Amino acid sequence: MKALRDQLDKIKPLFSKGGKFEKFHYAYDAADTFLFSPNTVTSAKGTQIKDAIDLKRMMVTVVVAMIPALLYGMWNVGQQHFMAIGETASFMEKFGLGAIVVLPIVIVAYTAGGIVEAIFAIVRKHPINEGFLVTGMLIPLVVPPTLPLWQVALATIFGVLIGKEVFGGTGMNILNVALVARAFLYFGYPTDISGDQVWVYLGGQNPVEGFSGATALAVAASAQEPVTQALTQASQAWYAGMFDFTNMFMGAIPGSIGETSTLMCLIGALILIFTGVGSWKTIVGVFVGSYLTALLMNLIGANEFMLMPAEYHLVIGGLAFGAVFMATDPVSSAHTETGKWIYGILIGVVTVIIRVLNPAYPEGIMLAILLMNVFAPLIDYNVVQANKKRRLKRATV
Amino acid sequence: MDLINLGIKSIFIENMVFAYFLGMCSFLAVSKKVPTATGLGLAVIFVLTITVPANWVLQQFVLKEGALSWLSESFANVDLSFLTFIMFIAVIAAMVQLVEMVVEKFSPALYGSLGIFLPLIAVNCAILGSSLFMEQRDYNFSESVVFGFSSGIGWFLAIVALAAIRERLKYSNVPAGMKGLGITMLITGLMGLAFLSFSGIKI
Repeated sequence: MKALRDQLDKIKPLFSKGGKFEKFHYAYDAADTFLFSPNTVTSAKGTQIKDAIDLKRMMVTVVVAMIPALLYGMWNVGQQHFMAIGETASFMEKFGLGAIVVLPIVIVAYTAGGIVEAIFAIVRKHPINEGFLVTGMLIPLVVPPTLPLWQVALATIFGVLIGKEVFGGTGMNILNVALVARAFLYFGYPTDISGDQVWVYLGGQNPVEGFSGATALAVAASAQEPVTQALTQASQAWYAGMFDFTNMFMGAIPGSIGETSTLMCLIGALILIFTGVGSWKTIVGVFVGSYLTALLMNLIGANEFMLMPAEYHLVIGGLAFGAVFMATDPVSSAHTETGKWIYGILIGVVTVIIRVLNPAYPEGIMLAILLMNVFAPLIDYNVVQANKKRRLKRATV
Repeated sequence: MDLINLGIKSIFIENMVFAYFLGMCSFLAVSKKVPTATGLGLAVIFVLTITVPANWVLQQFVLKEGALSWLSESFANVDLSFLTFIMFIAVIAAMVQLVEMVVEKFSPALYGSLGIFLPLIAVNCAILGSSLFMEQRDYNFSESVVFGFSSGIGWFLAIVALAAIRERLKYSNVPAGMKGLGITMLITGLMGLAFLSFSGIKI
């Protein structure tokens, strides 16, 4: 460690003002602060801040919260693969295969995002933002394991560039960066990110008979008999009990890499709430909103999907992942406390509406969060205005 | 029920701004502040709710082929539909004039902040567009009232949301070349992406 510190100190003059590589000062700065905590301290006089939480620590907390989902996702990619080709494999084999499939996607997302970030930092002379630590991790978790790597790179670049950098970088964007990237893929390359064939990594081998690869949502959306029966039947042929409620909660089902396990998302939620990085109001709002809307759909009951038990909506698809990691994004969500409730609940409502009523899209959470990102500033504005009005009424002259 | 469906459809699924990209000029120009945007949005709702049904009446009883037969049998073959555009615009312009006078009388502040864009509602393509959609899709009278009103609501929602975003944008550090209209168009595109969530819903 000492040697590294010395090395960094030695080359520091090169990057300082007047040095040879002055232009790359912020690249140096990023490497330095990433490896060591900054050595600038507040003097005895002046404001003293006890808590050392800064943007970097906040972002790293989110990444840590996502690690359970990532590890589980790796195992699940292997699990789905061996189940689809009908072989039994040990835990390590499944995990290893998953890692081989998933890690390149993570590395590509980080590299592509990092390059855009670094170019902008150098050209626009701002420090390298830590936001891409989260973005680079979120994007791999919301794409199917079979996605071509060049699409990962393209989507990441689009998301970071159009979703964030044109607004000035981390903290200044309007929409969630990872969601912009995913929506770009979704509308740009629909065949590679939707349908039944993309969710299970087959690696060129033939699947067993009866394998369909459809996600639970796709099965539920096209169900002709009661959804619970349809789900049981769909998995009967190649893996009995896969679409049981408990198993869907645990997450050993086809889907995007990180979104399948509700349990792992809830662990992430605990980390976020405990450290105060994510707002519990938003998370609870999404769950409550979608549950109530699902109950309402049960009452209408025009088709089998509408009659699906309401709690199923919470465990299938990416609802938990979106609620925990996407909706709580402190930048693009509503900033006011009351606004967070409204924002969360509306996401839940719109998600279920898109899932049930829109035949074009089986999954709704991504588009619902994106839509509410658009309306979040308006929610904030109205909350602030209402507060002003309330306090004006109280004021006496 | 059909009318409610039509209303929801024209607010969200076939939003004037994000599905047809109509009414862009005032959408981009008057969305700097939420109160101003709210004012213009309300004016557009009002004008649309009046002009679409008014134009429906005009269309049914004057312009359509054979529409004049209520006057006398000898007009049964008269087809005035070549006058559609000019007549629709005339109705819209008259309506806008009325709105302008009312706004000037009751809210001079709003009148001042809307500036030239208030009279320019007359040539706002969302408004003429709605009338022409009404003609093309053969709505009946009540449908045309609902359609006009809910198209206005859709446009209102879009401009108010954009205005709130632009107010938040004050804290952003947009590159010099993208400042102002550039970033606004980009945001409009991203908002359109988000509104795609409704495309495909069939009701």
